[in-house]
Amino acid sequence: MNYLWIILGVIFIALSIAAGLIWVERRLLSVWQDRLGPNRVGPFGLAQVIADTLKLFFKEDWVPPFSDKVVFTIAPGILMVTILLTFAVIPFGPEFCVFDSNIGVLFFLGNSSLGVYSIVLGGWASNNKYSLIGAMRASAQMLTYEVFMGLSLMGVVMMADTFSFSEIVEAQRGGWFILPQFLGFVVFFIAGIAETHRLPFDIPEAEGELIAGYHSEYSGMKFGMFFVGEYLGITLISAIIATMFFGGWLGPSFLPPVFWFLLKTFIFIGVFILLRASLPRPRYDQLMKLGWKLLFPIALLNLLVTGAILIFL
Amino acid sequence: MISILRSIWLTFLHIFHKRETVEYPEVKPYLAPRYRGRIVLTRDPDRNERCVACYLCAAVCPVDCISLQAATGEKGRRHPEFFRINFSRCIFCGFCEEACPTNAIQLIPDFEMGEYIRQNLVYEKEHLLISGEGKYHGYNFYKHAGVAMGVKGKGEGDTEYKPVDVKDLMP
Ligand code: SF4
Ligand code: SF4
Repeated sequence: MNYLWIILGVIFIALSIAAGLIWVERRLLSVWQDRLGPNRVGPFGLAQVIADTLKLFFKEDWVPPFSDKVVFTIAPGILMVTILLTFAVIPFGPEFCVFDSNIGVLFFLGNSSLGVYSIVLGGWASNNKYSLIGAMRASAQMLTYEVFMGLSLMGVVMMADTFSFSEIVEAQRGGWFILPQFLGFVVFFIAGIAETHRLPFDIPEAEGELIAGYHSEYSGMKFGMFFVGEYLGITLISAIIATMFFGGWLGPSFLPPVFWFLLKTFIFIGVFILLRASLPRPRYDQLMKLGWKLLFPIALLNLLVTGAILIFL
Repeated sequence: MISILRSIWLTFLHIFHKRETVEYPEVKPYLAPRYRGRIVLTRDPDRNERCVACYLCAAVCPVDCISLQAATGEKGRRHPEFFRINFSRCIFCGFCEEACPTNAIQLIPDFEMGEYIRQNLVYEKEHLLISGEGKYHGYNFYKHAGVAMGVKGKGEGDTEYKPVDVKDLMP
């Protein structure tokens, strides 16, 4: 019974944050662009979320006749499923975790690799050259960044001596891992942006050049799933950053641990949106170059130094 | 690298800047007097229609949205029998105002002309004609030049010379 509540709670928190982010992002972007943003519907424009969702539901759900219909239909679902599954291993608080797996970090990395399939299949099944180019870019970008996304987390794993998220949080009672693992944090953060293909690394979508990239042909709630999937991805990466580097739910005890966890997550969501507001999109080859020639060596170096220190000190 | 961090920081500082948004229905934006909005037909200081139905505005209109028909009143003065502007086609370019020799047709700072029924965007003369002089006060075309039309005698206009007797040798 208790389990059921935790599962429902996690799904509810994740989905409502992802939906609410539609509003949060628009408001925050407008704050940084000297505008007001949506403030008409409901108090502070909060009902904008409901309006947007209803609008998405009532849009015509068009499956292009030239597409591979089965694959086209399941592709958006894969994204949602892989991301929502990962939320299962994240501790929202002590004892507030659906499945406290002892290989949580690996589970997260594996699922984020599976997420690539959603985009590649979606772009491929659309049978549209823009979608295909977007999907190809997405696969190359996400495979590249996955390599050192994993490597950058290994420093933390070595220091905490575990793959389990909740034990990693416990290991940070003496001090957050952001200080000893600063390089790991930077690399993971950049890789996280590329993994969720958020701006400025939204090269698979790149509406300036590719219309909407891999989801050009999607409409209605299928597009909505990609849309919400992206926000879920941001939430997930922010939650992982908070857990791995900023002590997860640890915090002064006058507020419940879940609050600290959500607060840290929200700060990083804000940073994601700030990046969108301030940085231009790099060229595709620049992105690959940055990944292989700068971040990958840094991640390896970080791993090497952490390992050396742990062994010899 | 530094410039990237700097632009992130500068964007962040925009939190403390003034909002530029004008919350439109509650706060009306300021529109310059020469703003090109809804089109009106004006009258001269004697409250007669300024338009002399010369068709210049209809000819210059790039989207052909003005339609009118000339008629001649008593004393031979021309006026439009009907004057119709289709605002669903008008692009508010202001060419008609420039072309008009009598300052009759004028664009005014009013843009709130949305309609649910497209047919309501076709304005007839009774919708266009206002009872004032619009932006140009005290201008009466017939006072300046042109044929005697009951407003002034021949050669008595403000910028007109007396007619010259071409058969007379005296200066
Ligand atoms: S403003 Fe331009 S488009 Fe509109 S009626 Fe005048 S000439 Fe035609
Ligand atoms: S509005 Fe002006 S330009 Fe148009 S017909 Fe009348 S006098 Fe001529």
